[in-house]
Amino acid sequence: MSTTANPSANTAALKEWPLWEVFVRSKQGLEHKHCGSLHASDSEHALQMARDVYTRRQEGVSIWVIQSANISASEPNDKPEFFDPAGDKVYRHPTFYQIPDEVGHM
Amino acid sequence: MNAPVDYLLLLADNALILGQRNAEWCGHGPILEEDIALSNNSLDLIGQARMLYQHAATLQGGGATEDTLAYFRDVPNFKNYTLCELPHTPLMAATSAGDRDFATTIVRNFLYSSLMVLVWDQLQSSQDMQLAAIAAKSLKEVRYHLRHSRDWVVRLGDGTEESHAKAQTALDQWMPYCQEFWSTSPQEQAAQANGTGIDMAALQADWNQIVDAALQEATLQRTPVSSFVTTGKQGIHSEHLGFVLAEMQSLARAHPLATW
Repeated sequence: MSTTANPSANTAALKEWPLWEVFVRSKQGLEHKHCGSLHASDSEHALQMARDVYTRRQEGVSIWVIQSANISASEPNDKPEFFDPAGDKVYRHPTFYQIPDEVGHM
Repeated sequence: MNAPVDYLLLLADNALILGQRNAEWCGHGPILEEDIALSNNSLDLIGQARMLYQHAATLQGGGATEDTLAYFRDVPNFKNYTLCELPHTPLMAATSAGDRDFATTIVRNFLYSSLMVLVWDQLQSSQDMQLAAIAAKSLKEVRYHLRHSRDWVVRLGDGTEESHAKAQTALDQWMPYCQEFWSTSPQEQAAQANGTGIDMAALQADWNQIVDAALQEATLQRTPVSSFVTTGKQGIHSEHLGFVLAEMQSLARAHPLATW
């Protein structure tokens, strides 16, 4: 994207600009969904950039940004102990209920 | 009540020419997000120009369309402020794309948006209903342009030594051109007289307040200006507008009435 002859300057700038995760609510009543990430110097900067990058086609009515470093994530190695034990517990799915159409999103 | 056509052209030409200048960043932004932001800014401005040209073309009649107004007029017929047509480079430097300077672009967008939030706000009560409606739509757009450019003016001014120097150079370059905002032109007087336009000089105090508050936050020094006033809105332009028009109009002139 940049035409600069000195790509290392760009890399240095990106180190000063931490990574942010962007969440966009597509309409009132729906939840914010993760839609991507970007580098920005602070939260206001990140919000404006998210507005320009992720909502230019009317994708959103609200934006959240959070610094990626503040997210604690499970490790791929955690999968056996975190997720596999749920595999044989089908009775936890609410498949025995009829949901009326009027309820809409659950 | 209708606004004078030349008054609509002043508003439209400002938006189109600054929109075209901002579009020059497309694909060359310092980072991807800024590239998109400047393109968004450009498209908002070109959208404003289109609405104004459509309105002006209807009033002018005689087969005029938004395209004939944008693509088939020459330099002396354009009414934009000289501010809007100058390149994104410290003046007297080469005009090659490689010298495109982000601070120069941002400070100009800031000074122009600071004016247009006031202009569009007041034009919402224009006696020209169409113009009032265009003003209401444009106001929302330009409020974001101001927020975006002001934010960068503060970041650059109150940033590193180098970014501060670049922002100050850009400010020193543009401030004298802002004097044209307050000078009177026949089309502005005519518009004010029939209630479709506004008194620009009355906006100066509010503009000063917006600009000074940002400059203070940005630790930038406001440039004292001389009595020199540019004359773009009278159709007397710098040598740069011809190059902008040549690039912008060449396709439409090579293929008149082309559609896609």
